[in-house]
Amino acid sequence: MEDNILLQINNISVVYSDVIQVLKGVSLTVEKNHIVSLLGSNGSGKTTTLKAISGLLKPENGKVTDGTILYSGEPIQNQSPETITRAGIIQVLEGRQPFKYLTIEENLRVGTATRWGKPYRQDIDLVYRYFPALLARRKSLAGYCSGGELQMLVMGRALMAHPELLLLDEPSLGLAPLVVKEIFRIIKRINEEQGTTIVLVEQNANMALQIAHTGYVMENGKIVMEGRALDLIENPDIKEFYLGMAASGDSRSYRDVKSYRRRKRWL
Amino acid sequence: MKKLRFHPCGNFRDHYKQELAIFETDFGRLMLWIGIGLLFAAVPTLSSPYTLYVVNTVGITSIAAIGLNILVGYTGQISLGHGAFFGVGAYAAAILATSANVPFLIAVPAAGLITAMVGMIFGIPSGRLKGLYLTIATLAGQFIIEYTIIHWESLTMGTRGITLPEASLLGIRVRGDLGFFYVIFILLIAMTWIAVNIMRTRYGRAFIAIRDNDRAAEGMGIPIFQYKLLSFGISSFYAGIAGAIWAYYMISVTAEPFNLMLSVEYIAMIIIGGLGNIPGAILGATFITLLNELLRWFTGILINTNLFAGLGLNMAPLREFVFGLTIVLFILFEPRGLAEIWRILRSSFRLWPFSY
Amino acid sequence: MNFFMQLLVNGICVGFLYGISAMGFVMIFKSSSVLNFAHGELIAIGAFLFLVLVTWAQLPIALSFFITLAGCFALGFIVERLFLRPLIGEPLIFVIMLTVGLAAMFKGLILLIFGGNLHTYPRFLPASLGIDYGPVNIPPVYVATLIIGITFLVLFGLFFKYSSQGIYMRSVADNQRAALSLGVHVRRVFALSWAIAALVAGMSGIVLGIINGINVHDLSSIGLKVFPVVILGGLDSIGGAIIGGIIIGLLETFTGGYISPSLRDVVPYIVLVFILMVKPYGLFGLVEIERV
Repeated sequence: MEDNILLQINNISVVYSDVIQVLKGVSLTVEKNHIVSLLGSNGSGKTTTLKAISGLLKPENGKVTDGTILYSGEPIQNQSPETITRAGIIQVLEGRQPFKYLTIEENLRVGTATRWGKPYRQDIDLVYRYFPALLARRKSLAGYCSGGELQMLVMGRALMAHPELLLLDEPSLGLAPLVVKEIFRIIKRINEEQGTTIVLVEQNANMALQIAHTGYVMENGKIVMEGRALDLIENPDIKEFYLGMAASGDSRSYRDVKSYRRRKRWL
Repeated sequence: MKKLRFHPCGNFRDHYKQELAIFETDFGRLMLWIGIGLLFAAVPTLSSPYTLYVVNTVGITSIAAIGLNILVGYTGQISLGHGAFFGVGAYAAAILATSANVPFLIAVPAAGLITAMVGMIFGIPSGRLKGLYLTIATLAGQFIIEYTIIHWESLTMGTRGITLPEASLLGIRVRGDLGFFYVIFILLIAMTWIAVNIMRTRYGRAFIAIRDNDRAAEGMGIPIFQYKLLSFGISSFYAGIAGAIWAYYMISVTAEPFNLMLSVEYIAMIIIGGLGNIPGAILGATFITLLNELLRWFTGILINTNLFAGLGLNMAPLREFVFGLTIVLFILFEPRGLAEIWRILRSSFRLWPFSY
Repeated sequence: MNFFMQLLVNGICVGFLYGISAMGFVMIFKSSSVLNFAHGELIAIGAFLFLVLVTWAQLPIALSFFITLAGCFALGFIVERLFLRPLIGEPLIFVIMLTVGLAAMFKGLILLIFGGNLHTYPRFLPASLGIDYGPVNIPPVYVATLIIGITFLVLFGLFFKYSSQGIYMRSVADNQRAALSLGVHVRRVFALSWAIAALVAGMSGIVLGIINGINVHDLSSIGLKVFPVVILGGLDSIGGAIIGGIIIGLLETFTGGYISPSLRDVVPYIVLVFILMVKPYGLFGLVEIERV
């Protein structure tokens, strides 16, 4: 059982600028080859958790002040992003951050930075297999591509690094429902075919829980609920707050005092 | 009786007026008046013309530095042409005074207005450019103004320079270092007061909005191009006034001092003083002027003692080196400048001995 | 007509020199978006280092050349490490003023050591390198400049377009955070770009020194002339830097030859203002792609 665990976060706290505490003791476990989805409202600390794993807190003046992050048994908290990415953890940033002035193919080549000097042709072909839309536009500047293409691009770019653990931050942000479906289908395929472990941060709880193995719900910098994805989908609270269905099946209303009280109970 | 205000132990403001107050406490206002009083009482007792010259230079430089801080520190438009604008002011005053016989009292503000016009012309690129590109455009402005001053012989007498008539204010002759001391420092106080108050109006707030996020400012309905031009105008007006006074004080003007180095010195002043801080501009101007004088004195000693004469070294470049080093050290270690150091000192003193 | 032809050739050669000087500048801007006001001083340092090696240490020319380039490379690395690295993420004005401060420091140092006089290298280029074609004659230095310049240009073009390290450097210039998330060693890229830029600056310092003699004031003013050149060519285009350099060179020599020698030095800046008004990103620069 222990061998199956790829990433283990034990009770970490994250503080920005030495003042603002964002994570207050978060623990989670990611098993090998699983998709773990991390749900929660805005500002609940999902993105910060990802950044704590990938080391990107540092440029933003954030720090893991407490607890440990074990990756394959090795502590990686507060390491530099260069070290962590070379260990096989790649984060796909929220809001699609392409290199606007590089062509699609050059964008993909940046993904080879962690293993500079090794052949990469095969990987580019692999990415084009997953995202055929990119092949058609490989010579055009990324700055002129559509949102959907860019999401595929940034995911493909991350794949180029041969990640063992892929951290996806809101891949569905601002995309049309059909494109979202497509993206999630591909995430599932990558997980199954490449054996990549994925941590998925999402607002679209429904889609995320459908492809995930396990799920965590965060609120105010804490994990308030965890379980198998299948169980979470059936959970009445999740249904009510994240899947947009009241227990009775009617859509919920802000006037519903009961929901307010129930939400409080988690804290 | 009016209740005296002291430092509250938290943020208890319940009115915008309190946010806008210049002095947090009445004590601060009192201290300022005492300081000004001391200045005017103490300086005239200084007998050495050299000391008075340094004090006056500090005053003139401060006026120009405040102007640059409005443009760079508050509006966020980096200008490398301030030295040239200073020169435009000096020449405008000189030309008005010699060719048109304009009296001192009118020549100085007129020079300010002319410089403001010139500044706005060179601020036009700010409509399309920002950041680096604007900086480069102002750099070009610096060179173009320098060239024009030297080569428009019919107007500026080229490299020979212009000699100004004696300044007189309402029939009283302004002469000597002490006479100029009063003019310069009364003007400095007035200009500081104006600058501080501009920053409390909607214009000042618009400048700050443009600095912090120009596109958001535009979205809020601030016509950013007009405001940027206005900021260029105000900033060059200050430079022009300072330049005009300087021309009268120096009696003659030539083009050499208004080079790129002067512009760089002005930016150095506001960085060392503190960007977006008007008292900071005065602190920075004082610092740089004193540093310049100190280095001049020091290299003078080195040359006189002949300590290095045997090595055939020229020590004048030492000034340039130390100047560069000062800028670098400030940027690396206290980018918010002297104003920040002052604030820290003051607040640690205020809270002493219970620093938490 | 002869006069015209000679001006044309001179203009192209001078302009090519400007272009080469601007290349290093563009390199730094491209990767770390830093506007380097100390570029003229880097050029001067290269020229003086070569001078020391050739005349004082009496080393062979080729060896001196390579030692100078290596020295400049190391210097660029150190400057980035000591001064620029702490400023990563600070506002533009601090970065600009830091390079201005560095420029004053370097210039002061060079003046302290070498004084403001004109120094010259011993002659070493073979006269046969010169080209005499009817009314036009190109002195050997210019021919050598063209050869060196084109070689470097092609090498850097290939480097940025095709090599992985070149693409990493461009990615950092483009979006630092994203580059960091993919494991690009951002700090290494910055250091590398400063080192390469200093190397190119050193090379242009040597070439300029051969042509005009070595004088701190002249060399550091070239550092400012780089601005019109790079704005004309586009701040981030290396090929543009060369073409911008040639245009500025031609403009200067023709103004000097036909209108007035004193206007010569200011013409580039007048052109600069007009270009900034009409086409701010230069002839070959990238248009800023802004998505809101």
